[in-house]
Amino acid sequence: MAQFTLPKNSKYTEGKSWPKPAGATNLQEFRIYRWNPDDGANPRIDTYYVDRDDCGPMVLDALIWIKNNVDSTLVFRRSCREGICGSCAMNIMGGNTLACTLGIDDCDGGAIKIYPLPHMPVLKDLVPDLTSFFAQHASIEPWLHTQTAEPETEWRQTPEERQQLDGLYECILCACCTTSCPSYWWNGDRFLGPAALLQAYRWLIDSRDESTGERLDNLHDPFRLYRCHTIMNCANTCPKGLNPAKAIAEIKKMMIARVV
Amino acid sequence: MAEAKVAPRPLSPHLQVYRWSWTMAMSVAHRISGMALYGGIALFAIWLVSLAAGPTAFDRVQWFFGSPLGILILFGYTWILMHHMLGGVRHLVWDFGHGMEPAQRINMARFTLVGSVILTVLIWVVAFVAF
Repeated sequence: MAQFTLPKNSKYTEGKSWPKPAGATNLQEFRIYRWNPDDGANPRIDTYYVDRDDCGPMVLDALIWIKNNVDSTLVFRRSCREGICGSCAMNIMGGNTLACTLGIDDCDGGAIKIYPLPHMPVLKDLVPDLTSFFAQHASIEPWLHTQTAEPETEWRQTPEERQQLDGLYECILCACCTTSCPSYWWNGDRFLGPAALLQAYRWLIDSRDESTGERLDNLHDPFRLYRCHTIMNCANTCPKGLNPAKAIAEIKKMMIARVV
Repeated sequence: MAEAKVAPRPLSPHLQVYRWSWTMAMSVAHRISGMALYGGIALFAIWLVSLAAGPTAFDRVQWFFGSPLGILILFGYTWILMHHMLGGVRHLVWDFGHGMEPAQRINMARFTLVGSVILTVLIWVVAFVAF
């Protein structure tokens, strides 16, 4: 049975309110989840004020501004700052997205609330432990499987065959979709989750791949694939505009197609 | 060497902070209505059993289902049944891979709610007019 409440050690409390930057007139309030593994205390929500006139336009700019100007202990992942590395995935204003591609102006009024990706073990502040997420991705063997002799040059595809991969290959494995999925929240140890399943479909539909049967066998399981109940949070939240729910539906159709 | 002490990791907030969407809300509603239908089918069973038990029991059950509270319960049962039926149809369409684009999926989820209310009212209007 799913546990809908947070365990005792995970309940968060009101934290510290950091001073407003001196002389700033254009302030934006941020309420950010903090947890430090070294102090033994429960997570807390700290309040920060960012000087918009001194800060870039994106939520990630604000996080970096806070780290540079207010509180150097704030921990978050970031790298490319242009939506291609997937590092700065977090829960902002209740939805999972990339801090670097979400404008501060696009967050509806009031304090901007930031939490780590939902229902994950927290390493520190906004950094979740993604070990099992990546292990699940590895479990679908995300590479080309072939039996026939290797061609002298490339494995050829028609433009139409190549088009099948559009909307799939763009996935950056940021984990926004998987951690938005209630099915994954309750059964994340056995359900592969939308990101891994979208990747599974990316190889199932690849015209060059020769392991379709084995790949489907691997997914033929009440949990790995069929815990998807088309809740569609994955598709609603994907910062790249992809549709994992549809990819999963296509896998389910392939499962049926091979037995009828 | 001393083992590094790591505090048990907290679980990040989920239901507590996640923003509700139409598809998520209607998915939860589908679950709840599915469970509520157990109660609904029990009402139906009580009605049939009383019919088998004889006129006195049947009259008593008929009286209850005809009372304001009974009608309210039956009205709720109708709505739950319609909601679950439209939810089932919605999931069937999605299982065929249709209606999954952004506007479509939100509108289909909305339609489950709106459509179930319309159907329920329609059924009861017809019931009151005809009987």
